[in-house]
Amino acid sequence: MTAETDTESIWHLRLARRDVLRGLGAAAVAGAIGAPGSAAAAESLLEEDAQLTIRRLIGDAKPQPGRVTISLPDVADSGNSVPVTIRVDSPMTSADHVRLIHIVAERNPRPWAASFSLGPRAGRAEIETFLRLSDTQYVTAFARMSDGTWWMKRTNVIVTIGACESMAVRY
Amino acid sequence: MAERTTRVRVPAKARRGEIIQIKCMIMHPMENGFRFDTQGTFVPIHLINTFECRYNGEEVFRTRLGTGMAANPLLTFNTIATESGTIDFRWYDDDGSQHTAQARIEVE
Repeated sequence: MTAETDTESIWHLRLARRDVLRGLGAAAVAGAIGAPGSAAAAESLLEEDAQLTIRRLIGDAKPQPGRVTISLPDVADSGNSVPVTIRVDSPMTSADHVRLIHIVAERNPRPWAASFSLGPRAGRAEIETFLRLSDTQYVTAFARMSDGTWWMKRTNVIVTIGACESMAVRY
Repeated sequence: MAERTTRVRVPAKARRGEIIQIKCMIMHPMENGFRFDTQGTFVPIHLINTFECRYNGEEVFRTRLGTGMAANPLLTFNTIATESGTIDFRWYDDDGSQHTAQARIEVE
């Protein structure tokens, strides 16, 4: 179980074995899904509760609100590609820097979106990327500092057409 | 194992100690495994699961990506220009393939 509680690295994000097995069971029941036969395919069938995701990512840590800012559009026309900028207030010196940033989209079928591992070489803790959001929801960013403290920010975003509603033809 | 188009943007020149912004993108569908195509057949999950950036061989940025990332994932991050050299980008695909890109930076 150490893999699940090791919040130092981003390598623990592989699913716990029991989750994969449960997914395989679901695939066997569904049948019509075909036989991709890989754990990754089983993983794809799983939906996960946001609270569970957050536990898996940060363990028992108690993140404090602050120091993290998320820039998201107030209204996103399409959930397929939503720009997000995450900044963490940190001097980024070797003594005090950001180690990890997690992004969790709470109402996505699989809430975990991405994790970034940074260090003093980053110079500035600022990351920009594009998310895929299924619905109007809260997006949360968690940051772990080099002193072990967790900080977070929760931001609401309105998604006009979620990524799941337009999935048949687009990605 | 398809060949993927990658695009990276690194400033060609920088002063020593300057914080430079790097943008990189790979053309990839980032199939999330929740999708059915127009024929109703299930599209299996297929992601770029990991990205890493090395500056003269030293890792400066690493990312794990999940289903919540948009297609053609673009990542923008910063690093400190320490010395002239190469910046290597590497994307790890779920199918086992790796995609790489390289950029040159002159530090004065």
